[in-house]
Amino acid sequence: MPTLSVRNLQTHFFGSAGISKAVDGVSFDVERGEILGLVGESGSGKSITGFSIIGLVDPPGRIVGGDILFQDSSIVGLPQNTMRALRGRKIAMIFQDPMMTLNPVLSIETQMVETVRAHEKVSKAEARRRAVETLGLVGIPAPEERLAAYPHQFSGGMRQRVAIAIALLHRPDLIIADEPTTALDVTIQSQILSQVQSLSRQMGMSLIWISHDLGVVAGLADKIAVMYAGRIVESGPTDEVLDRPVHPYTIGLMRSVPANLRRGEPLQPIPGMSPSPLNRPVGCPFRLRCFAATEICASEPPESRSDAHSWRCFHPQPPASQP
Amino acid sequence: MTDAPVIAANNVSRRFARKLDVAERIANTLGAGIKERVVHAVDGVSLAINPGEVVGLVGESGCGKSTLGRMLAGILPLSEGTVEWEGRDLATLDSAQAKAARLATQMIFQDPMSSLNPRKIVASIIGEAPVAHGLVSRRDIGETVGALLDRVGLDRSYAQRYPHQFSGGQRQRIGIARALAVRPKFLVCDESVSALDVSIQAQILNLFMQLRDELGLTYLFISHDLGVVKHISDRVAIMYLGRIVETAPAEEFFAAPNHPYTVALIAEMPTLGQRRRSFHPISGEIPSPVNPPTGCHFHPRCPKAFARCRSERPMLREIAPAHWSACHLNELQPS
Repeated sequence: MPTLSVRNLQTHFFGSAGISKAVDGVSFDVERGEILGLVGESGSGKSITGFSIIGLVDPPGRIVGGDILFQDSSIVGLPQNTMRALRGRKIAMIFQDPMMTLNPVLSIETQMVETVRAHEKVSKAEARRRAVETLGLVGIPAPEERLAAYPHQFSGGMRQRVAIAIALLHRPDLIIADEPTTALDVTIQSQILSQVQSLSRQMGMSLIWISHDLGVVAGLADKIAVMYAGRIVESGPTDEVLDRPVHPYTIGLMRSVPANLRRGEPLQPIPGMSPSPLNRPVGCPFRLRCFAATEICASEPPESRSDAHSWRCFHPQPPASQP
Repeated sequence: MTDAPVIAANNVSRRFARKLDVAERIANTLGAGIKERVVHAVDGVSLAINPGEVVGLVGESGCGKSTLGRMLAGILPLSEGTVEWEGRDLATLDSAQAKAARLATQMIFQDPMSSLNPRKIVASIIGEAPVAHGLVSRRDIGETVGALLDRVGLDRSYAQRYPHQFSGGQRQRIGIARALAVRPKFLVCDESVSALDVSIQAQILNLFMQLRDELGLTYLFISHDLGVVKHISDRVAIMYLGRIVETAPAEEFFAAPNHPYTVALIAEMPTLGQRRRSFHPISGEIPSPVNPPTGCHFHPRCPKAFARCRSERPMLREIAPAHWSACHLNELQPS
């Protein structure tokens, strides 16, 4: 039984300019202790997928179809208080900007003790002990003393560690991390990645790591799902997807990464830009930018698979054309 | 004059001081002894850039790379040191020469939305400066703007639109067209592709390289992304806490890094080749530039630090042709 199973999820936004299909039929599983890298460019729907799972899609957005099974029971359309009991205790989220998680006018201690006691009836002293222990776990030096500090007294990397510690307080079964290291420096990013990786292994925690950076995901994830225009266009085990990509979009993304090529050689960017979610082409949404597109691409591409590797494309690329 | 660098910083420093407020000054009259907090953003840095060269300037946030870029672009005064434009000290040029030097240096910023006036159409954003500086007559400006839009890969009809009508990548192209409008020789690109999606970033990087070939431009390319810098640069300089710690030709910089900080940064560069790897990050945080460590700024995080590193600032020494590194270890094992 997977920890999380997302089945044909559709989250749409009903704006004045029309219906924006931010997430348009997304399916994936995350097993216990598994790290899924959800990769895509801005507007691909990767963050909205995360928000949908944790039940934080605000109007005019709404889940209009599909199902999300968490430990085998559906969590779509649960009453607010049931969802609230789950959120923070069983499923937690880490955001790109830790100041979204942290309240600037409360000390770390107040925020962490509050979080513990929101879900469990424990004494303040016990909650405090848990807070200190968890801060130590994410690598904050001298956690006893740092507990009294306010968010502005921490550096960006330390703030993100505090946000991660808050997410870990209840040892959740699933953590959704939305670009948590994008705003951080390379050396600090590396420290946080190393800690998150070992924590998820030790605790058997499942992790969805949302990122635009293929390099980060390559180093961290067990499997990868590539999103484009509200859909997963290719997914599979990390090695499979990165060594034998078949979808032209995945191939294009990999060819766009500068570190991947020889110096000075022109990059091979994907022409054009992502379509507006209000006005996507019919059929395959990537076909207008795709080097392999033909007439058939104007109809809906089927999902094909070989073992755990799946893709939605009429023209899967043979290994010879790969980056 | 042909072999003089386009631009050279000689031992430049930039300090930012926070003035004492009234309460602190009153406290000081009573003998509190509160001192001004001074940030050494750039601390005695020299960097010369040759004609047609692309120099990548790398560092983490707060290391002073943007401050150095702004001083070279002439939009931030120096606290110490000199900047030479084509071999002549900028401070000694007469006003016409100084203006020419400033026009020949243009900057491209990270966020084009905050550097493009939202109330102006693209034709005015691009066309205003060349008209004001008398490079193009008002009659011909339409054609000039059109040609610039062609050059950066935008449709000429976009000239009548406002910045908000464009995507991030297109806005960055407008920012580039605006910089090119005054016919610069030297561009300072400060994190110019950092905010863009990978596929769009690749398009803009290609544009930068194409412009370099077509117009013979010289670049200072400031970025925190080693992958981007590796791709575009001829030479790389790396900064840590206000100082350049290593500079080398790009090939050699990545193949044979010398300074422990460079070695660590390159090891931690995320790449597609390393799968489910174990991370071995260097420990510790970047210290505050208000109160930098003594001696070598990197010593508290350095795995190889020894006593001398704590007391004495290491100077840049040439350890191989054109490869300079500021590390005491190089004196222990002369190569």
